[in-house]
Amino acid sequence: MEELFGGFSLGLFFWQTVLFLALVFLLKKFAWKPILDSVNEREEGIKNALDSAEKAKLEMENLHADNQKLLKEARAERETMLKDARDIKNKMIEDAKGEAKEAAGKLIEQAQASIESEKKAAIAELKAQVASLSIEIAEKVVRQELSNKDKQEKLVESMLGEAKLN
Amino acid sequence: MHIKVTLKPITLLLFFLSFMSFGQEGHTEVQSNQEPTSDKKTEIKEYIQHHLLDSYDFGLYSWETNEGEHKYFGFPLPVILWDNGLKVFLSSKFHHGESVAEADGNFYRVHHSKIYKVDGPDGEIFEDEHHHATNEKPLDFSITKNVTMIFMVFAILFFMFSRMAKSYKSNKGMPKGMGRLLEPIVLYVRDEIAVPNIGEKHYKKYMSYLLTVFFFVWIVNLFGLTPIGMNLTNNIAVTFCLAIITYLITTFSGNKNYWKHIFWMPGVPVPMKIILAPIELLGTFIKPFALMIRLYANITAGHIVLMSIIGMMFVFNNWLGSSLSFLLAFVLGILELLVAALQAYIFTVLSALYFGMAVEEHHHDEAH
Repeated sequence: MEELFGGFSLGLFFWQTVLFLALVFLLKKFAWKPILDSVNEREEGIKNALDSAEKAKLEMENLHADNQKLLKEARAERETMLKDARDIKNKMIEDAKGEAKEAAGKLIEQAQASIESEKKAAIAELKAQVASLSIEIAEKVVRQELSNKDKQEKLVESMLGEAKLN
Repeated sequence: MHIKVTLKPITLLLFFLSFMSFGQEGHTEVQSNQEPTSDKKTEIKEYIQHHLLDSYDFGLYSWETNEGEHKYFGFPLPVILWDNGLKVFLSSKFHHGESVAEADGNFYRVHHSKIYKVDGPDGEIFEDEHHHATNEKPLDFSITKNVTMIFMVFAILFFMFSRMAKSYKSNKGMPKGMGRLLEPIVLYVRDEIAVPNIGEKHYKKYMSYLLTVFFFVWIVNLFGLTPIGMNLTNNIAVTFCLAIITYLITTFSGNKNYWKHIFWMPGVPVPMKIILAPIELLGTFIKPFALMIRLYANITAGHIVLMSIIGMMFVFNNWLGSSLSFLLAFVLGILELLVAALQAYIFTVLSALYFGMAVEEHHHDEAH
């Protein structure tokens, strides 16, 4: 112990204290403060950059999710639209078919009616023609019959006989 | 494989042979040539002791000519004394301790690396029975070899770190050159020493001291390992200065909690509180004292061991002993490089720990 403190030099202690304290203050002003400030600034910068990158990543993810959602919606919409269109098409076809059928039915009916009326007219005409023909024939026959007297009298008598029977 | 197996016994054999040869040589020398060996041993011992001491001139190396004359290579440093007025002169006046220096009618002589006042141009140093000089000692503020070293480390640290700080400005917040190497160390001190020991909240105001003390001790320790051979941290005055600064910072930044834990320990019975108070108070002095002794003792011991082993090369003076000593010195040198950084680290960590204790805010009072 005695040797330990016997070696103590006041001069060295004085210089060491003065110079060391001066060194602490000088380095604080010219080195440690600017160095640590720059390092802090840089670390803050890096931290901020990382944070914003993370944020951007999150935003991208959100955007992607939104896109996916939109796409899904669009797809669903397309599906419904296609379905609707198909339905409309089918309905239109159905309607058209119905209408056509109706129209055809009407036409057939009309045709049938006109055929019927034509037929009727034709029958009536035929009847009339048959009647006139019959009359003509009858006229011709009667004219021939009435050419002699005997025959006329006979006829009248037969007719009268018939009438009596009635 | 075969070579390896045969190599091992040979190394072992060599190892034992080397010991045998030392024994023989030592034995024969004791018989025939005792004087030179012991001379060499005392010479080395003295050299080591001299190396551990401060000196008034910046000697790089010295040797003895065949005529027994000492030759020195180095340059003198200014001697500053306060002895009824300021006395300043160059240490070359002492002629490496061989003569008396005269300044303003006063005469001074160097004895065991200390300046004593003597009576006249042929004045002698008077010693008591414990070989302590009884002459009057003037107040000595000389720029000794160690003080020169402080100035050098001051300049180096200031140059390195102010340049580093400038490089941040010119390089958009990124260090350049040396700063690239130093920045991780600075950040290590901040993130691994200051923040965990002091805490996020308070660490900033202690950073300047912690960083300065870390790099100062480290660079000084490294310089101690160079052949220039200035080892500042094996001076108790230097480690005392650093320890007392740590003590003062701790004491002045101690909060209410810190003092309460020293004088009136919460959570223990009253008699214990009374017993604990002086122990805790003593503890506040022991902590920096341990800091001082640890740094001083580690570096001094390292130097003594390293130099002794280097000295062994010259004592053994045979190819095996000398080369083994060289190997050992080499390994120890590498170990000392580690110790240089380790002691700087320990000093900084413990200082940070003490500051942390002083500013710590206990929460267990609230929990009661």
